Amino acid sequence: MSEVQSLIDERRRAGRGCLVGYLPIGFPSLDESIGAAITLANSGVDILELGIPYSDPVMDGPVIQRATQRSLEGGFRVRQVFEALETIRNESAVPTLVMTYWNPVLQFGVRNFAAELKKSGASGLITPDLIPDEAKDWIEISSEFDLDRVFLAAPSSSKERLDAITRNSRGFVYAVSTMGTTGSRSELDSAARALVGRLREANAERICVGLGISTPEQVAEVLKYADGAIVGSAFVSSLETGGIEALRAKAQALSGSIRLG
Amino acid sequence: MSLRDQPGPYFGEFGGRFVPESLVEAIDELSAAYDVARSDPEFRAELERLGREYTGRPSILTEVPRFAGSFGASRILLKREDLNHTGSHKINNVLGQALLSSRIGKRRLIAETGAGQHGVATATAAALFGMECTVYMGEVDTERQALNVARMRLLGAEVIPVRTGSRTLKDAINEAMRDWVSNVASTNYIFGTVAGPHPFPAMVRDFQKIIGEEAREQVLQAVGRLPSAVAACVGGGSNAIGIFDAFLDDQEVALYGFEAGGDGIETARHAATISKGRPGVLHGARSYLLQDEDGQTIESHSISAGLDYPGVGPEHSWLASIGRVRYSAITDSEAMEAMRLLSRTEGIIPAIESAHALAGAGKLAAELESGSVILVSLSGRGDKDMETASSWFSLAGDS
Repeated sequence: MSEVQSLIDERRRAGRGCLVGYLPIGFPSLDESIGAAITLANSGVDILELGIPYSDPVMDGPVIQRATQRSLEGGFRVRQVFEALETIRNESAVPTLVMTYWNPVLQFGVRNFAAELKKSGASGLITPDLIPDEAKDWIEISSEFDLDRVFLAAPSSSKERLDAITRNSRGFVYAVSTMGTTGSRSELDSAARALVGRLREANAERICVGLGISTPEQVAEVLKYADGAIVGSAFVSSLETGGIEALRAKAQALSGSIRLG
Repeated sequence: MSLRDQPGPYFGEFGGRFVPESLVEAIDELSAAYDVARSDPEFRAELERLGREYTGRPSILTEVPRFAGSFGASRILLKREDLNHTGSHKINNVLGQALLSSRIGKRRLIAETGAGQHGVATATAAALFGMECTVYMGEVDTERQALNVARMRLLGAEVIPVRTGSRTLKDAINEAMRDWVSNVASTNYIFGTVAGPHPFPAMVRDFQKIIGEEAREQVLQAVGRLPSAVAACVGGGSNAIGIFDAFLDDQEVALYGFEAGGDGIETARHAATISKGRPGVLHGARSYLLQDEDGQTIESHSISAGLDYPGVGPEHSWLASIGRVRYSAITDSEAMEAMRLLSRTEGIIPAIESAHALAGAGKLAAELESGSVILVSLSGRGDKDMETASSWFSLAGDS
């Protein structure tokens, strides 16, 4: 069982869910992004999701687009992710997944990328534009390197697709709460609950919900039916507007809602 | 084995469906609807009727001896897609996809556009079918193609300038995909070229292959044999696939794709994807791509907004890899010179995109033996490019 899986199970036994926190590497600078990730880990976030900035992020809304573009303008290089992972792992025990669009992995070489991930202590990858149908190489190589594979499931996915996504994912299944891109929403789609129900029917053991989650109430709501709540844009936004202090406060507020719940 | 009618999703090692899961149901639905439509006589008849009565098909073939004479003793014939309603080949594909949208009950169309030709064609189809239309266009392109922005708005479409990334065609595609992910239940994405995830490369080719099918017959009628060479410009590559397809199995016909060489492919400012790129994934397909070592897309540069794209359709990547089509680059200056030459020798003002094919044909004419016949895809007319031409050639003012 992978580190992410054990953690989710452990939290479940303790009667609570997980808070998964996303930040892109290199925003606002490489060092500050590493510091920000460590802050999240020390402020109640259970699983870290580190994003690789990419030139064409079709699943991302304006907040994350702005941050990743700034990272790229600041000279971000893919290999910096591995340095960042090592530093973060030295400072915290929180399991860490890397979120990346597929082309950077392809150009690095899938095998080389997997080897570097393993060496730097990461748990695996979340792949927003790689569906299991196109992931033959990644499925083989991630198994060989004992890495997690988090595929996305959408409210529109058919039963057959949910089965295939569940079968091919390891770590957890990323349930997309709504048909759309990343970014805060005032109301969470009821589609999220229905999707998680359908994933359970497809025998998904661990399911985290992402997209649009930004408030303690939303986290608490999602954790009534899912194993984890994934927060991205809300953290990036706090970091962008209020720096590390605002990020810490946001993480504490969101993780506090889990303990109270 | 025939090279024609490759069904996708893969063309050799190129193509595929590298899309967010949220889009899979939509492209599955589109694939299924298209599979039914393509063999439905009613759908084909309706598309043919629209081609005949709305677009103005078949487009004519024009021999251009004065233009050809500047290069040597070859004969050059132009397939006149510039005479189509809306001024380019783009309408062929758009009418097909709009008809398909109405079959699957999606009454809102979205599109990306670079030069504005595909956006204008989509806005036109939306007006014709009584549908809603939103067009995404890079802010840089809205400035250099202001006339087409006005045309789209007059046709009732909403034009959204895209201010993210490099603010050109690739970013317009990103933004259109984000719209599609968010509104997929009501909206169909009318993709403008033979790139993108399956089924777009195969479907758009099928809607464009009429160009080559007509031209092949017309050349046979006009000169009694097949052409020695066929030339087309390649951005994403829809007019090129459209004219090449009918000739793919005619091994005696050499096929040439001309990419946008910008300031020259030895510089960093060009859009010569096959000449200078390497395989990668962008906008849903594996294909040649201008990218840095990390796989970040590199901004392309071309005087022609319609060719200013760092990717290319996967079928072109495959045709390049098997050697069936030869791809090379034409610089901005060479294209502009060909634009002026065709205008002055034949009274036909080509789009700057198509001028790349004309410049390429000129080079071929100088190389081929005397009496060779070169068929050129004149994919669009140059009206939209008058501001660019005016400043390039200093045409405004008193003198």
